[in-house]
Amino acid sequence: MENNGKEVRIGVYICHCGLNIAGTIDVKAVCDYAQTLPHVALARTYKYMCSDPGQEMIIADIAEHGLNRIVVAACSPNLHEATFRGALQRAGLNPYYFQMVNIREHGSWVHEDRKAATEKAKDQVRAAVARVQYHKPLERKRFAVDQSVLVVGGGIAGITAALEIANSGKHVYLVEREPSIGGHMAKYDKTFPTLDCAACILTPKMSEVREHPNITLWTYSEVQEVAGHVGKFQVKVRRKPRYIDEELCVGCMECVSACVYKEPKFEDEFNEGLGKRKPIFMPFPQAVPPVVTIDPETCLKFKTGKCKSPCATVCDRKAVDFSQTERIEEIEVGAVIIATGFKTFDATRLPLYGYGIYANVYTSLEVERLVNSSGPTGGEIVCRNGRKPKSIGIIHCVGSRDKKTNRWCSRVCCMYSLKLAHLLREHTGADVYQFYIDMRCPGKGYDEFYERLLDEGIQMIRGRAAEVTDWTMTPEEEGKLVIRVEDTLSAYVRRIPVDMVVLSVGLEPAAGADEVRRMFNISCSKEGFFLEKHPKLAPVETATAGVFIAGCCQGPKDIPDTVAQAGAAAAHAIALLDKGFVEIEPNTAYINPDHCSGCKSCIPLCPYHAISFDEQLKKARIDEALCAGCGTCVAACPSGSIIQNLFEDDQIFSEIDEVLSHV
Amino acid sequence: MRYHYFPGCSVLGTGRACEESTQAVIRELGVELKEIDDWNCCGATAYMSVDEHNALALAARNLALAEKEGATQMTTPCSGCYLVLNKTKHYIEEYPAVGNRVKGSLRKAGLNYQGTVRVRHMLDIFVHDVGLDEIKKHVKFPLKDVKVAAYYGCQTVRPYKDFDQQHFPTKIDELCEALGARSVHFPLKTRCCGGSQMGTLPSVAQRLVFAILREAKRQGANLIVSVCPLCHFNLDSYQPEIVRRFGEDVSIPCMYYTQLMGLAFGIDPKTLGLQRNLTWDRCALRKQFAPAAVGA
Repeated sequence: MENNGKEVRIGVYICHCGLNIAGTIDVKAVCDYAQTLPHVALARTYKYMCSDPGQEMIIADIAEHGLNRIVVAACSPNLHEATFRGALQRAGLNPYYFQMVNIREHGSWVHEDRKAATEKAKDQVRAAVARVQYHKPLERKRFAVDQSVLVVGGGIAGITAALEIANSGKHVYLVEREPSIGGHMAKYDKTFPTLDCAACILTPKMSEVREHPNITLWTYSEVQEVAGHVGKFQVKVRRKPRYIDEELCVGCMECVSACVYKEPKFEDEFNEGLGKRKPIFMPFPQAVPPVVTIDPETCLKFKTGKCKSPCATVCDRKAVDFSQTERIEEIEVGAVIIATGFKTFDATRLPLYGYGIYANVYTSLEVERLVNSSGPTGGEIVCRNGRKPKSIGIIHCVGSRDKKTNRWCSRVCCMYSLKLAHLLREHTGADVYQFYIDMRCPGKGYDEFYERLLDEGIQMIRGRAAEVTDWTMTPEEEGKLVIRVEDTLSAYVRRIPVDMVVLSVGLEPAAGADEVRRMFNISCSKEGFFLEKHPKLAPVETATAGVFIAGCCQGPKDIPDTVAQAGAAAAHAIALLDKGFVEIEPNTAYINPDHCSGCKSCIPLCPYHAISFDEQLKKARIDEALCAGCGTCVAACPSGSIIQNLFEDDQIFSEIDEVLSHV
Repeated sequence: MRYHYFPGCSVLGTGRACEESTQAVIRELGVELKEIDDWNCCGATAYMSVDEHNALALAARNLALAEKEGATQMTTPCSGCYLVLNKTKHYIEEYPAVGNRVKGSLRKAGLNYQGTVRVRHMLDIFVHDVGLDEIKKHVKFPLKDVKVAAYYGCQTVRPYKDFDQQHFPTKIDELCEALGARSVHFPLKTRCCGGSQMGTLPSVAQRLVFAILREAKRQGANLIVSVCPLCHFNLDSYQPEIVRRFGEDVSIPCMYYTQLMGLAFGIDPKTLGLQRNLTWDRCALRKQFAPAAVGA
């Protein structure tokens, strides 16, 4: 076989990856086998092919043995394809004369039978050797990077990322679904382990976002559509009507006072339904932007059309605008940071803990609002039955570490439970019992905080609570909620009567996470949290170039970790923008105009809108900058006139033939 | 509606009232039950811990017999039988090594188990197949003054929750409300009644029953309605002894949900086997449904 008049000479390299591969696959046998394959000039094994000596070996062999194709059987191409292509380039060979075989993730890590795994590795190598003969020299193309970033989600992660990027001089679009930024952190009273006030450290950052000249803040808005690619994403943002002109409203709240509803009547989402709000409202006093919102679901004007609208009359700035409609903003950004956060576990899924059955059972998030001085009770701890609790039970791991609901540890609950225990005790002097499986307090100052709480006299009972019930056995239990638990340290089944129960609910992916995932074309773990590119070494990147993740959308984490990750995501975005260009993989499709009949059937199929129709030539045309190499059009073309680089027919068919030849 | 029927030993013995009332109500609702020919004891909860293979084979024989008769759905009024038969089915299907051995034993007896029959609780049939709307149509005497503590026991919803929630089941409550009764909040609805410990360790089992009776009264119920023959037996039969032992009058009438349905449908108490309930004498419904009172 020849290529460009030269004989094809393939070098095959089998990696041990320490014992990761060699522990399960007979690397030597695969190497000996590779040696016998047609056009293979040389085959070697090495302990770590990705190391410098490993790469140098390839470079030296190319020069010495005149190799012009390289196959490396090692780990996933996601990890080291770029490494080896780089080696080829340094040796003066086109980097696309290379094929990587994954015998680790697809081999040694998933098989136990050494013999069968070795045979499979041979099959994979044989297929790669057959394919690489047909590879062609390709070139990477460069495109300019748009100098602005989209940040999705205005919690502490999104706020941090937006400010970092804006401070570096780049423009940021910050999109938040709720009427105000602040996220979950805005609902908290104090933060662990330092007990500094959440609002005191958060609201300055929120104001900074509002004031920042480089940040365009769109609240009450959602991303609707995303197209394009790294360096140039076209994004459509849907801005829901709040029926208030944000430019005119100064947040004086006179409209709220004037509303025909003299008393707040509707469930207040910000206070977790513990308080009431009017149809025209501001979620909390420090909201950013500090403007009111009208909820058409509850406003009489929208429901009956018969309201005299005193809110509009009383506003001397004429900010109330009932005619507002949904608006779509179209923007172009170079990078995206997703920071869509989490939702807490729905405690009604575990009826044995009595949430929704017994009035005095609360979720931790509700208690955050209850202890907050701007909360529904002004910081006074009053149960739903109107009484102040004298004893409180906090049940850990509700919807965490539980095979029946969520298996994962939510990481923050041990610490926030301790914090709530401290605050509840401080506010009420009540006896506080914690029911825990085991305490997980790793973090700076965390274990010290746990020690401090023990000194404060919190009762720690080790055991997953069995149930919360109003079934009584003794007169002392009358009128109380009884927590039944196996106290595993004293080996007793105990009944602890309390006035108030707090369920430390776990963290789950936010509502709508799946839509976000699909829109930005990223993956998620089976729990639904967004998947980072590598769990250790690429924790903020995703499989989609230019899309980064930060905060709890990636997995449960506390505020310090969230802020650190948001900073890392911002740094990645800034680096991408500063570099100014991106190189795009050449695995794009192109049209052979001699064969194209101009039937247009490929055009609507392209998910990236990369195909257009040349009216003069009556042929389809693919914009290489937009093509993501998905192959849909290639498979669909009736005349077979679309060709995809690196996936040409002879390359794929030779690979398939060799894989199947074993059977 | 036609189902293959597995009565189980209990409902032909101490739980005869369960069988009698079930048959009476089923007739009224026009559901057809075909008793499985030559059925045998399901092995109850005890045998499984003595000899797993034999216990599974014993129970599986009933499934195979039902399949031989072409059954796709079989039902039983006893929660114990329901659990054992279902557990057997799960074991055979989820653990192939266990299942193949059981199937082998059945083959020696000329039977072939294929897994095509579904085991369903009679309560499930009433609530989901017949439906509450249909049941309401048959109610002649709405049970206005009855405040029911609906008692499910352990085995009706655990470990299998085929037709109701596991911790706070509601189907008996809904059924009783359809009969015009009111169901009270009853936190002990799935608490163990002591099971067969009542015979071997009465001091333990009686304490469990005491808690259930006491809580039902405390929550304002005037009747406990149960599903399972063993639960009913434990709750119904030991009340005088429990009252004496714990020094608190926790006595409260108990009956099967099918008996309550029968009363609401206007079926006479004797047909429903109510005279067999030891607490029937003290039940307020007795006067209300005396033959003269209902014009029978």
